[in-house]
Amino acid sequence: MEALIAQGVTKRYTQHTALDNVSISIPQKTIFGLLGPNGAGKTTFIRIINQIINADEGDITIFGEKLQEKHIGMIGYLPEERGLYKKLKVGDQLVYLARLKGLSHSEAIARSKAWIKKFGITDWWNKKVEDLSKGMAQKVQFISTVMHEPRLVILDEPFSGFDPVNAQIITEEIFELRDKGCTIIFSTHRMETVEDLCDHIALIDKSKKILEGSKKEVKAQYRTNTFLVEHKGAFTFNDGRFELMDQQPLEDDYFRSSVKMTEDMSPNQLIGYLTQITEVHSFIEKVPTMGEIFIKLVKGGQS
Amino acid sequence: MNKIWLIFQREFLNRVQKKSFLIATILIPLIFPAIIAVMIMVMLKQEEDSGAQKIQVVDVSGKFSFENSRRYEFVKVSTDLETAKAAFNKSDDFALLYIPQLDLANPQGIALYTKENPSIRRIEEIEDLLENRIQDLKLEQFNIDKTTLKNLRTHINLNNINLSESGEEKESNTGILYILGFVLGVLIYMFVLIYGMQIMLGVIEEKTSKIVEVLVSSVRPFQLMMGKILGIAAVGLLQFAIWVVLISVLSMATLSLFGVAMPQQEAMEQISKQMNDPETAAQIEEQQNKVQQFILIASEQIPVGTIIFNFAFYFLGGYLLYGALFAAVGSAVDSQQEAQQFTFPITLPLIISYFGLFMFILNDPHSPASFWFSIIPFTSPIAMMGRLGFDVPLWQLILSQFLLIGGFILTTWIASRIYRVGILMHGTKINYRVLAKWFMMKQ
Repeated sequence: MEALIAQGVTKRYTQHTALDNVSISIPQKTIFGLLGPNGAGKTTFIRIINQIINADEGDITIFGEKLQEKHIGMIGYLPEERGLYKKLKVGDQLVYLARLKGLSHSEAIARSKAWIKKFGITDWWNKKVEDLSKGMAQKVQFISTVMHEPRLVILDEPFSGFDPVNAQIITEEIFELRDKGCTIIFSTHRMETVEDLCDHIALIDKSKKILEGSKKEVKAQYRTNTFLVEHKGAFTFNDGRFELMDQQPLEDDYFRSSVKMTEDMSPNQLIGYLTQITEVHSFIEKVPTMGEIFIKLVKGGQS
Repeated sequence: MNKIWLIFQREFLNRVQKKSFLIATILIPLIFPAIIAVMIMVMLKQEEDSGAQKIQVVDVSGKFSFENSRRYEFVKVSTDLETAKAAFNKSDDFALLYIPQLDLANPQGIALYTKENPSIRRIEEIEDLLENRIQDLKLEQFNIDKTTLKNLRTHINLNNINLSESGEEKESNTGILYILGFVLGVLIYMFVLIYGMQIMLGVIEEKTSKIVEVLVSSVRPFQLMMGKILGIAAVGLLQFAIWVVLISVLSMATLSLFGVAMPQQEAMEQISKQMNDPETAAQIEEQQNKVQQFILIASEQIPVGTIIFNFAFYFLGGYLLYGALFAAVGSAVDSQQEAQQFTFPITLPLIISYFGLFMFILNDPHSPASFWFSIIPFTSPIAMMGRLGFDVPLWQLILSQFLLIGGFILTTWIASRIYRVGILMHGTKINYRVLAKWFMMKQ
């Protein structure tokens, strides 16, 4: 069963269409990257899942059921535009936000205390948020997002404004959530985090979904059959099966070349061929990064 | 519903637990009696200190003799005016009174010389003394003795009695009803303005601190808005109740402490003692009884239950009607400064009904303008307070209340449609067209 299936979701405003017939399925227990440039429609999509706004057309199914009000407690949402009540104490804040998600008073207190203990910030309980540093406040914010044990966690640009130490803590928490069985939707345009975290991705550009699949599939789809070779002694060749794209001198007599296979064949054949003309020191496939795929697709759409 | 209750609790507790709430709730009722007490003290002290003021009298007519009183001491000067003036200038005395030869029928030319401008009260007192004396002289001239004059004097107190349709007679107390209507109307005006602003500031705070998107992923915007409006209403009612209790307790305490519970009564007693006139004393006693009776009648005749019910109804109705609009403004703007252009049109009908209240509604509660003001939901909460004591026909009251309920449902509906869009919009330039667009936008 999929955690979430969106079918033909469309949202129109008077002057533009924010989402145009978007269908995405998000497998359970994955970290799902929702990618796209600013203004592509990611936030609109997330707001629709959170029932902050309604889609004009299309259906959304969450854990096998049609999305409705009772699912609010199943979802944890960390918006990009986030904040807390500045004058409210950390403890009161967490309890209040958990209760709005449907937890009972005693349960909300127990869980808030457990979480701040886990993050080693027990002595913040009675501090007002305005007295906390930005990083501290973000920890509190993260706790409030996951405290009610949602089955679906939606994080919109979760690392913006985090220092590397806190970002690392949150990354670990995200993995832990996934291992416990949570599904995480992760919206970002920072490709390096996608590379590290996501299992599946969907790319939205100009209100349309233009790519979807597991990271592996997507990379396979965009492989260029190009290999990076480090070798001793320069070479050139003229063989119809291969194409020398580039050759850079390193130090001494070493070079790095990228070679593309023009025909469908195994890398072994290329290695075999190269060993005849040079001394191969390393051989690795040049896999496109998510960033490269992203730029290629988004720019491609613009031209 | 459960979530509105949660938000209601949060809003209520948050505000009630604040130090500023505690300070305002306790200090404001302390400040007013304190000011009154200080002023009374200053007044009493001044009067004690000043003692009797010396007035030199140059009486050319020779017809006047003044008795010294607690406030004035008269000294006859038998020089001419110019010499007297020069002497007066050198003295520490309060004033120099010059009385020329008088034609009793047309007494002209009496002058009071002072070194600094005297208070109106002193001038009036001296005028009274002169008038009384001249009157006495006239009586003598026409050979009328004082008893005849007293018998001639007639005084009529109109007993205003309302004849209801059933023929039942009801004595009405216009004065008290006037004051009551005024006070209640002003209270509603202040409550709506002060707490309406609180709603708006609360919404702006949630928007600028950006917690609102977290909140609306848990609750509907409508629940968020209503929880806030109702929570703040509860804060206001609590504060109001504490003020009423504290002010009445403290005022009574201060007044009894300074022994001026019945200043008029005391004054009258003093006058009667001074005059040593049993007849006047009896009259005064009668008057006192009348006053007591009046208060008694007032408390019996004023429909206390109806007034309390209607005050509570219009108090809440007006607050809800305007509160929703303040919430909508708060949701649309990004800062308090930006809100100003929208708060003015909202407060305008409030201000108009506030002025209407004491310009014509209280004076003529049954005029067409008063009627319409008390029917239209935007002005009715304040306007109806002014009419309440003056037998508003039941159908008008019911119509007005019905429309007020309809009015706040309407404003809440409009406001919630603007609110749900507005709270998620940042950095938009807001004008009425944008608001209309948000209102029309489907969710």
